[in-house]
Amino acid sequence: MESEISGADLSVSIGGLRLKNPVMTASGTFGYAKEFEPYVNLHRLGAVVVKGISLEPRAGNPPPRIVETSCGMLNAIGLENVGVDRFISEKMESLQAVTVPVVVNILGDTVNEYREIAERLVDVEGVAAIEVNISCPNVKKGGVAFGTVPEMAAAVTAAVKKVSSVPVIVKLSPNVTDVTNIARAVEDGGADAVSLINTLIGMAVDLRSRRPALANVIGGLSGPAIKPVALRMVYQVAQTVSIPVIGIGGIETAEDVLEFMLAGATAVQIGTANFVNPRASEEAVEGLARYVTEQKLISIREMIGALVLS
Amino acid sequence: MSQFQEKTQIIRFEQLSSDIVRLTLDSPDIASRAKPGQFVMVKAGEGRDPLLRRPFSISQTSNERHFQILFKVVGSGTSILAHYRVGEYLSVLGPLGNGYQVDCDDDNCLVGGGMGIAPLLFLGKWLVRVCPQNPPLVVIGARTAAELSPLVKDFEELGLRVHTATDDGSLGHHGFVIDVLKTINLGSSSRMHVCGPYPMMAAMHLFCKERGLSCQVSMETHMACGMGACLGCIVPSRKGVYAHACSDGPVFDAKELVWKVK
Repeated sequence: MESEISGADLSVSIGGLRLKNPVMTASGTFGYAKEFEPYVNLHRLGAVVVKGISLEPRAGNPPPRIVETSCGMLNAIGLENVGVDRFISEKMESLQAVTVPVVVNILGDTVNEYREIAERLVDVEGVAAIEVNISCPNVKKGGVAFGTVPEMAAAVTAAVKKVSSVPVIVKLSPNVTDVTNIARAVEDGGADAVSLINTLIGMAVDLRSRRPALANVIGGLSGPAIKPVALRMVYQVAQTVSIPVIGIGGIETAEDVLEFMLAGATAVQIGTANFVNPRASEEAVEGLARYVTEQKLISIREMIGALVLS
Repeated sequence: MSQFQEKTQIIRFEQLSSDIVRLTLDSPDIASRAKPGQFVMVKAGEGRDPLLRRPFSISQTSNERHFQILFKVVGSGTSILAHYRVGEYLSVLGPLGNGYQVDCDDDNCLVGGGMGIAPLLFLGKWLVRVCPQNPPLVVIGARTAAELSPLVKDFEELGLRVHTATDDGSLGHHGFVIDVLKTINLGSSSRMHVCGPYPMMAAMHLFCKERGLSCQVSMETHMACGMGACLGCIVPSRKGVYAHACSDGPVFDAKELVWKVK
C-alpha cells in the first residue's frame, strides 16, 4: 500500500499502529472525515483523527467562537460534540468505510470520565487508536488542566491505557513551564505515543467595541503563527522520551512535515490548514513522496530526528 | 452534494461604488450547481495573513458557468480582494450551505439590507425563471443611494418592481425596509426571504411572527472553514442549543432561531 505513490516508502509506525505515511489530520479540524470527502481522497492519508468526544454531549461555547489573528486563529469552540454514545451509533459507520486508521480523540472532566469513554470504545470496529486530550480542566482538582500537572497527566494516561486494547496517544498541552516533564510522566503512565502541541492559550481584543473578540474571552491559538513554538517543543520532547512523537502546530505543506520529522517527529497532524485548503493533507503526502524520490531516500523514516546540529 | 475547490478566473471586475466591488468568476462546476442562498469560501491572496477564507453569498450566476460575489471593503480580506484584476485567479470552495426554499405558490418577497441584498438578486433571477406567473416583491435598503442604486438596477433588469429605503433618505423611503413593508398589503401566503444586518433580520422575524408569515433568513457569522468542520459558525437555535450556519444554514426558518432583540 505504502508504495502506491511513485514507489516511495513513506510508512511509519506509531506504538504498534502502522501508517502508510506520516500525515494525519488533527482533531477538531477534520470533522468526522466525511465533510472532507468532496475534496480529499481520504484513503491516501496516514490516519484520520476525529473531533474530540466526551462522555456526554456538549453544546460548546457561545458565539463568537473564532477570530482570525496574524497568521493564525483563536478558537474557543468549547469542545462541542455529540457524546460517545451518539458518536458510536451515528458517526462510526461512515468512518468504518475509511480504509486508513481512524484515531478517536477523547476528553473528560475527571479521570473516571476518560476511563469510561475509553471503555465504551473497546471493541468498536474501526477505532485504530485513542488520542487523549489532556488540556481539559480537572473538575475534581479545582479546574487545573490535567495536562499541566505531571501526576494528573500520568493518572489519566494510565486509566485509559488500562482499559484500551488499541494504542494510546496522549496529546500534550503547550501551556506549561516544561513540556518534557509532562511528556515523561505520560510515558511512565504507559502512553504508546505523544502528540503535540495542542493550541496555545491566547486572547484578542476588539478595540472598536472594547470587548474580547471571543465570547469565552480566551481561546486556543493555532495556525502558522505557532509553528516555531511547536517545533521547539517537539524537538525537546523527542530528546526526552523514547516513545514516538507526533508533531502538530502550523503544519501545512510537505516541507513543514519534513521539518517536524527532522526535529524528531515520527508523524504529524495537519490542523488549521484543513480549513483553508481542504486538500492540504493529501498534497502534503504527495510532496513527501516527491521528496523521498528526489532525495533518493530508502524510507522517509531516515528523516526522523535527523536534524544536523553541528 | 457536489462541492468543489477550484482556482477560478476573474472575468469581470466592477467597482459599484467607492467601497463596493463585484467580481464575476468563471467556474462551470460551481455556477451550474449553485442554488440561491448558497455561498462560497474565497481565499484573499496567496499568503498566510489573512489566513482564513472569507464567506460570500453567491449573488448571481449566468450561463451555467459564471457566478458573482458582491462585497463592501471592510477589512483585510476584502481590501485584498478589491485589488484583484480581470484575468487573475482566486481559490474558491463551493457551493456551500443549503439555500432558500422556494415554492411558486407562495407570494415570495425579497427583503434585503446592505450587502445582504447579494443572495436575493440570485433568488430573484431564479424566481423569475421558475415561477414566471408570480414574480417576487422586492424591498431593499442601504445606507445611501450610492450603495443601493446599482443593485436596484439589477432587479429592474429582471423586470421586477423594487421598493427602496435608505438610512439618509437619498433614495426611496427615508428609513428602514420594514417601514416600507408595513405600507404594503401582504397576503397570508407571503413568504419573506431575508438577508441583511442582524437587527434588520431580528425585526423581520417579529414582523412576520405578528402577522403569521413565513420568514427565511440568511445568517452571517464568523466562519473558518464553511464545511462543518471548525464548528465556529454557530447561531442560537430552538432545535438544540446551537445550529451551524455553514451546514444547517446559512438559510434558516426565523422561527427556529433564538433572537436577541434590543
